[in-house]
Amino acid sequence: MTNLLPLIRNECTKIIKKKRFYVILLILLVLVPMFTYAQMRIAERSRDKFNSDWRLEVQQQITDNQNSLGSDRIPEEWKSYRRIFVQQLQFYLDHDVNPNEPSGVTFTREFLDNSVSLFIPLLIMAVASDLVSGERTTGTIKMLLTRPVKRWKVLFSKLVALLMFVSLIVLSVFVISYLISGLAFGYKGFSIPVFTGFQLSGDTVDMTTVHSVPQWKYLLMQGGLIWFVSVVVAVLAFMVSVLVRSTAASIVVMMAALIAGTILTNMAAAWTTAKYLFMVNLGLTGYLAGTPAPIEGMTLSFSMAVLGVWGIAAIIISFAVFTKRDILN
Amino acid sequence: MTKETGGGTGNVVLSVDGVRKKIGRKWIIDDVTFDVKQGEIFGFLGPNGAGKTTTIRMLVDLIRPTEGTITVCGYNVNRDPEKALQYVGCIVENPEVYTYLTGWENLQHFARMQPGVGTDRIAEVVEIVRLDQRIHDKVSTYSLGMRQRLGIAQALLGRPRLLILDEPTNGLDPKGIKELREFIRELAEGGLAVFVSSHLLSEIQLLCDRVAIISKGRVLAVGGVNELVARNSPYVLWDLEPLETARGILEERSDIRLLRLDEVTLDDSIIAGMGEGSLITAMEDDLIPEIVAVMVTAQVEVRAVHKINPTLEQLFLKLTEGESID
Repeated sequence: MTNLLPLIRNECTKIIKKKRFYVILLILLVLVPMFTYAQMRIAERSRDKFNSDWRLEVQQQITDNQNSLGSDRIPEEWKSYRRIFVQQLQFYLDHDVNPNEPSGVTFTREFLDNSVSLFIPLLIMAVASDLVSGERTTGTIKMLLTRPVKRWKVLFSKLVALLMFVSLIVLSVFVISYLISGLAFGYKGFSIPVFTGFQLSGDTVDMTTVHSVPQWKYLLMQGGLIWFVSVVVAVLAFMVSVLVRSTAASIVVMMAALIAGTILTNMAAAWTTAKYLFMVNLGLTGYLAGTPAPIEGMTLSFSMAVLGVWGIAAIIISFAVFTKRDILN
Repeated sequence: MTKETGGGTGNVVLSVDGVRKKIGRKWIIDDVTFDVKQGEIFGFLGPNGAGKTTTIRMLVDLIRPTEGTITVCGYNVNRDPEKALQYVGCIVENPEVYTYLTGWENLQHFARMQPGVGTDRIAEVVEIVRLDQRIHDKVSTYSLGMRQRLGIAQALLGRPRLLILDEPTNGLDPKGIKELREFIRELAEGGLAVFVSSHLLSEIQLLCDRVAIISKGRVLAVGGVNELVARNSPYVLWDLEPLETARGILEERSDIRLLRLDEVTLDDSIIAGMGEGSLITAMEDDLIPEIVAVMVTAQVEVRAVHKINPTLEQLFLKLTEGESID
């Protein structure tokens, strides 16, 4: 009877020695400064334009959006999106809170909102897509499975190692984007209030449940949701990696699914059954910020349930296939 | 060179009983049965594609047999892999190890997967395979021979009772092959049962005590090497003049069988070196002096007599030929 802990240790060693995690850190260290710089330019421009008065800036945004509502060339879905946006901005303005207060924390919050459905899943795939298919590509799976260890234990140790690294990746995205953007915007901003709890129905916003939370708390909630999304994506990539023999194929399958998700999010409003696909449900943090869901009828709990079901199914399939399958090559 | 154990004594370490495997609609393995005993080197012979690797994968639970059972030290490999596989060390096809780890890290990795293997044992197997100089280097810098040795070290880690090596001499130079052969024999003398697959018959004949011959998924023969080989009488090649008289004399003898060239299974090199009028006979070799005397009395010039000992190869070709007819 082999204990699980040494097996998990093995899997972690392999992930580290393969330098996959360093590659992820490197990607972050290259990309985050780029985004920070872009954000800095935006901030500079609006400062020049509005003389550092954020109220003027928000007012301008509201007017711009309202004007565009009158245009015939804008599709109806975009209009309702903008109506919601206008109402939220107005709410911030009424409560005298700057929604875009520049700070390292605000940058982190916005960066994470934008990266939850594609960028972070991509980083996770760098580890997950290779876990099983990598062993098959190199043939080491034969060594791994001919040791006196039950197959489910081997797979389970890989899954645990994966979840540990997923958590580490999510944490590193937070820490790195805060540390780097802080250089440009300052490290303060944890206590800035952020509004959450917008209830959307059609194109009107119900403000009764809206409350303000300090930004640090918002970040924590966001972190939890992102972690959940990441785990589901990781488990799905893990399943693909069990099913497909080559790592390249495994990455392509997951990439295709994720990109299909972003495309569908932009055009599937009419096809309502698409809401049961995992890839349109990845933007969990949008519910927190009050961005309208891509498809009518999607709520935070709905999306979490859909993701949860996909994740559990993926785990069941992974174990069923891995423990039964003949290793033919 | 080969030890004769033939029927053999001792405990059965590996027992394969009526194993069949169906993939798709085809029976890839169709009835494989044999036993491997403690301390013996068992050869598993067959041409490429005969089902050797599939069988080996079934021995170590990489593939589940459709029918039949495989038992290692009394434990069913497929039903009880945790118990059965702790007695098995194996290299299936190439010695695949993690190239991004060092040799030592690789061994540590596999040591963690089996009970009772500590640092001392790792150091011990490293010494056995003589890798101590380079064990802390990354495997990606190893030569094929070193990887092979690391693979064997890995296989020996858990003090197995059965060592399974699939085409172990692939990619080794003649010196490496010779070393490996000596090494395997040492291990067997220490009580280990060694199961070696190969498509090189001479290699098996030199190394193994007993063999199973497999072709198209069927085991055609199992037995001691000498015992199997003895089923064939040796060939004697005669270079005689005049040919017709000589043929007459040989045809009269009831204890000698004259063979046509297409009836025999001989090495190509021997066939190429044969004279135009050579006669091929199957006969016991102690008859040779008598026949020579008869020839001489009959005024037949005996230019050359060449005895060819039976080899596994002949047996093998004979067996597999029968297979291809039906």
